[in-house]
Amino acid sequence: MSESLATYGLYFLIGQYPNGPLGGLALTILLGASALVLAMPVGILLALARISDWRVVRWPVTGMIYIVRGTPLLMVVFWAYFFLPAVTGKKTGQFTTMLIALAIFNGAYLAEVVRAGIQGVPRGQTEAARSLGLNYGQTLRRIVVPQALRNMLPSLVNQFVTTLKETSLGYIIGLQEVAFIASQVNSQVIVHPVAIYTALALTFFVLCFGLARLAGWLGVRT
Amino acid sequence: MIELSHVSKHFGSHHVLRDITETIERGEVVVICGPSGSGKSTLIRTINRLEEIDSGQIRVDGRDIHGPGVQIDRFRSGIGFVFQQFNLFPHLTVLENCTLAPVHLQGLEQGNARQKAITVLERMGVADKAGAYPAHLSGGQQQRVAIARALVMEPPVMLFDEPTSALDPEMIGEVLLAIKSLAHQGMTLVCVTHEMGFAREVADRILFMADGSILERASAEDFFAHPEHPRTRKFLSDIRSPFGRY
Repeated sequence: MSESLATYGLYFLIGQYPNGPLGGLALTILLGASALVLAMPVGILLALARISDWRVVRWPVTGMIYIVRGTPLLMVVFWAYFFLPAVTGKKTGQFTTMLIALAIFNGAYLAEVVRAGIQGVPRGQTEAARSLGLNYGQTLRRIVVPQALRNMLPSLVNQFVTTLKETSLGYIIGLQEVAFIASQVNSQVIVHPVAIYTALALTFFVLCFGLARLAGWLGVRT
Repeated sequence: MIELSHVSKHFGSHHVLRDITETIERGEVVVICGPSGSGKSTLIRTINRLEEIDSGQIRVDGRDIHGPGVQIDRFRSGIGFVFQQFNLFPHLTVLENCTLAPVHLQGLEQGNARQKAITVLERMGVADKAGAYPAHLSGGQQQRVAIARALVMEPPVMLFDEPTSALDPEMIGEVLLAIKSLAHQGMTLVCVTHEMGFAREVADRILFMADGSILERASAEDFFAHPEHPRTRKFLSDIRSPFGRY
């Protein structure tokens, strides 16, 4: 076991880098962080569209959210993998493909979290802000969102953790993230599948637990 | 100051305001009363466009508030509005509640805004609560902070929508006294309330509403001494406690 660790430890952490593309745990963290950073604004925009007074904006976005929610992430990944190149005429890299799939998929879920959070703020808060003369944007930013964010925090953390775990579906399109690397290592070592996949599970646990704690800590501070 | 002409509004099939025409003069203190569901709150909310109207016209300071050139946010900052449920911002301190508008609408510096806010909080007798969050205040204190928050923009008109209806009885007096202090400073006040003692003492005029119409308009004195409309008489007798005075 210890010689496997010595041989494959670095491979597990960074893939073939620097002799090949970055992979392993580093790629997983990079993909997870990028997906979160991208999915959050997507989620906020979709949520604002979803509660908009304009049907032109509300209806298509509502439809899109229902479609995404009614589809497994795996389908969205395949869809991004095969459909994007067909439309753009260029082959999209695996990382970008996965990032787009995660941003759209989690954006749709986050949109519902954000919408519930915003709509959970009492109407009187908006009325009070508007009656003072604050405009729609100022009211959202100064009054509604700060209160909504506090209510949303547990659901947000939930979704963030899910996103992080979903990066492992990159496996299916050959993205060399940590789960893919683990299975590669396993097929070379052959005799230690339990140990290898336990190490993978622990790695994900540490990542997700750390993220949840970090978010909780940030939440207490705001 | 405030002119309503032929104002009508429906909530679905419910005709909540029926062809209301009324003028409120500058510096006047007007109390609107009437049974619940009569449209009083809706009427006062149309004056700063928290509620839109179906037809008719509302002019404030001679300007049609639904006119094409009206900047709604600037217009609203010139009208103070106090809600039944206070609606203080729970994530901001008392002071921050009061500096929000001056800082973000008038572009005042924090220091100046703070000074201004403290002055009005002092007038409302709640300056010692400046650093507290609304949840730590009594209902009466919250409502006085809400009045201060509106006053900080120095609006020439203040609208009150049942300002004491959500308060425990022992806190009603302090809020009514705070409102009365404004009346003495020549501000134009419109107040929807069931506090008839307050109406009698502070109001220049009383409007009685029922079923979306203003049925009676009278000076405070005449309103109680010689109510003309049968609905007014019934209302005045209904709000009297069946147990009499103690």
